[in-house]
Amino acid sequence: MRRVLEVEDLSVELEGEKILENLSFHVDEGEVLTILGPNGAGKTVLLRTLLGLLPYRGKIRWKKKDLRIGYVPQRLPFIKDFPLTVEEFFHLKEISKREIHEVLSSLRMANPSILDKKVGALSSGQFQRVLVAYALVGSPNVLLFDEPTAGIDLGAEETIYDLLNRLRMKRKITILLVTHDIAVVYQFATHCLCLNKRMLCFGAPREIDGTLLSELYGGKVKIYEHRY
Amino acid sequence: MNIATSLLTGVLISSASAYLGTLMLGRRMALVAGPLGHLTLPGIALALMYGFDITLGAFPFVILGIILIWLFEVRTKLPVEALTAFVFATGVAAAFLFLPVEQAEAALVGDVTRVGTFDLVLTAALCAIIFSVVTRNYRKLLLTSISEDLARVQGINSKKHNLIYLAMVAIVVALGVKLVGGLMTAALVAIPACSARNLSRNLLQDRLLAIGFGVGSCTLGILLSQISGHPAGVLIILINAAIFVMTAVFKR
Repeated sequence: MRRVLEVEDLSVELEGEKILENLSFHVDEGEVLTILGPNGAGKTVLLRTLLGLLPYRGKIRWKKKDLRIGYVPQRLPFIKDFPLTVEEFFHLKEISKREIHEVLSSLRMANPSILDKKVGALSSGQFQRVLVAYALVGSPNVLLFDEPTAGIDLGAEETIYDLLNRLRMKRKITILLVTHDIAVVYQFATHCLCLNKRMLCFGAPREIDGTLLSELYGGKVKIYEHRY
Repeated sequence: MNIATSLLTGVLISSASAYLGTLMLGRRMALVAGPLGHLTLPGIALALMYGFDITLGAFPFVILGIILIWLFEVRTKLPVEALTAFVFATGVAAAFLFLPVEQAEAALVGDVTRVGTFDLVLTAALCAIIFSVVTRNYRKLLLTSISEDLARVQGINSKKHNLIYLAMVAIVVALGVKLVGGLMTAALVAIPACSARNLSRNLLQDRLLAIGFGVGSCTLGILLSQISGHPAGVLIILINAAIFVMTAVFKR
């Protein structure tokens, strides 16, 4: 398998506070790496550092030659301050109407009426789907996804994770996904990185046990496996 | 001739302010034009005393104000709004040290009837800069306002665009004082944009409505001031306010 990303001894310090310390991990093509950790563990900081948005020490090497990154932020609180329609939002990316239609139909949301809706008026499920669609414009081969709302129903009973799985199969996308939802790791991830400022584990999800999670979240953690 | 020059100058300034105002409203920056306007008062006072263009007098003070706020923010880490209060109050106080009393009204609420051909040409040139720069960069300015992260991931230089944005705000404020004086520049930027926001269904409508309201209220205000003798700046703001109240009633 081709390597997509290599991270070595990555440390991030913001305003004198150590947020991440000596992380080393790698991601191969087609993998789904979930970045797991409690609030304040530095998950979003890690994602933003990988995107080149924050200063860091250590090495971040994107190995792919034709790297195209799609980024799905956790939320966009300021977007509601503008009377922007879904179509106008897509046009922030210089994209033709045909491309918008293609991306939306790949996400099963080709209903044309959605394009005229104001982004601020969308339900949280629709909004998350629009954000994913926005990230998919320009056919990215790596998707960085910051903490989708756990188990959010996107309509037609498809969760965000079913959607990502379908995309991964169809488009061979490598996915880095930040979450604090352990169920996601077992259902969906091929690899997992446990983070609480330091890296506590890196490997396949089955290698993660209760002791490690106690260390990660501080306290007793029980894992209930969900079957849908 | 004089009324035509005033009208044309007013229409140019109000349309440019309303246009930029739609972006400023979204960035929660609409009020910033107010304090920036106040701190141009020493510049306006100098312009009125020595008889040169008000915009030229105001502009260095807006720039100085923005730089001072930025410097103090870096140095003290105090909230920008508190520092803005400090800077604009100082500006107002300094202006009243040497502003001649008979010029006070023109400085505070503007007097667009005084403008001459040079003012009009300068205004037209500055408004052309605002319209062309904002239109050309609208997509990038908007995305930077919505999310700097998303903008930077798309390869947009957000620092550069924030600087462009601030420069546009500075020009709009310096122009606005000519029309409505140093006290009410915020209204010129904020009210048409707020009225438009009440009715618009998308961004395009938002911009067009804001410009329409800005131009309409300015034209009516200047014409009414000719009849009633009240200062045009005051009437422009009051008409803008009336439009806002109506749009608030009709908002769906």
